[in-house]
Amino acid sequence: MTGRALVGTIGWAAAGMLAAGCVTAQPYDYTNYRLHPPRSIVVLPPLNQSTAVEATYGYLTTVTRPLAERGYYVFPIAVVDQFLKENGLPSAGEMHQVPVEKLAEILGADAVLFVTIEQYGTKYMLIDSVTTVAARGRLVDTRTGLLLWEGRRVLQHSSSSGQSNLVAMAITAAVSQVVNTTTDAAHGLSPQLNVLLFHQKDRGLLYGPYHPRYDQPPE
Amino acid sequence: MKRPVWTPAFLVLTAVLAAGCVKPTLYSWGQYEQLIYRSYAAPGAVPPEMQVEKLEADYQKARSENRPVPPGFHAHLGFLYFQLGKLDQAQQELETEKAQFPESAVFMDRLLSNLRKN
Repeated sequence: MTGRALVGTIGWAAAGMLAAGCVTAQPYDYTNYRLHPPRSIVVLPPLNQSTAVEATYGYLTTVTRPLAERGYYVFPIAVVDQFLKENGLPSAGEMHQVPVEKLAEILGADAVLFVTIEQYGTKYMLIDSVTTVAARGRLVDTRTGLLLWEGRRVLQHSSSSGQSNLVAMAITAAVSQVVNTTTDAAHGLSPQLNVLLFHQKDRGLLYGPYHPRYDQPPE
Repeated sequence: MKRPVWTPAFLVLTAVLAAGCVKPTLYSWGQYEQLIYRSYAAPGAVPPEMQVEKLEADYQKARSENRPVPPGFHAHLGFLYFQLGKLDQAQQELETEKAQFPESAVFMDRLLSNLRKN
């Protein structure tokens, strides 16, 4: 293939990917969000629908950064968690039942992010292991109770991704399993899931007041 | 003789390009999130004293680079000082959080008013 032909091929491939991106990106309806733009977000410990008990805090401890870097004040997750526990709400399930107006009153939060973890953990197979995190989130205005935004994402990572050699795969699987049993691999994957969930163009959160692009359309 | 590709100028250019790909963050994160994760995942492995020490080091580093610490950082530090019974430092950190982020005022005032009740 000549150099020019190669460039041409890459050009068409790029155009194809852009076109595909346009088809899938149905922009989110931000009407309520723009009418009630929050400055601050409180994230409650997520509801856990997975079988992994470590999911609640394994996920919760990755959520501050993507929201703060989007420009929002994010309430200190552990302090809020402890405060609510001391005030008669020992579990995430009970915290999610608190009327949002009450969260406005006691915390001064403009919006509350309710997260549900659908899947969380690592599945081990013969020569491979697959880590999955699936989560959905709802951002609710605490003054009006209106839904400002919602989204859902699934992210999977295979320990053998990118490997074609069977021996190399077997070794990788063995090593990954050792690593994965001592650390929480789904916790390690959660930051990437959050980027997909919160930062995606036309589907993610709008920029908050501490971001330089506040009041501009998301990129 | 053919000139090697890995000249110093080339390496510098590569480094600059690579740095350009990494978006600068709004905050200096340090170990804030990792410490909270570890305190939930393995309570006892990171006692409040150790967390305070690491967060204070993060804060000094952020200050030396003239970068802000993230939302919640000072409130969490105040919460740790409270657990250690160091109420003056706890109060100071909660007030610092409020000054850095006025959005926290309602919650910080609530914690401040509870601080010396027990």
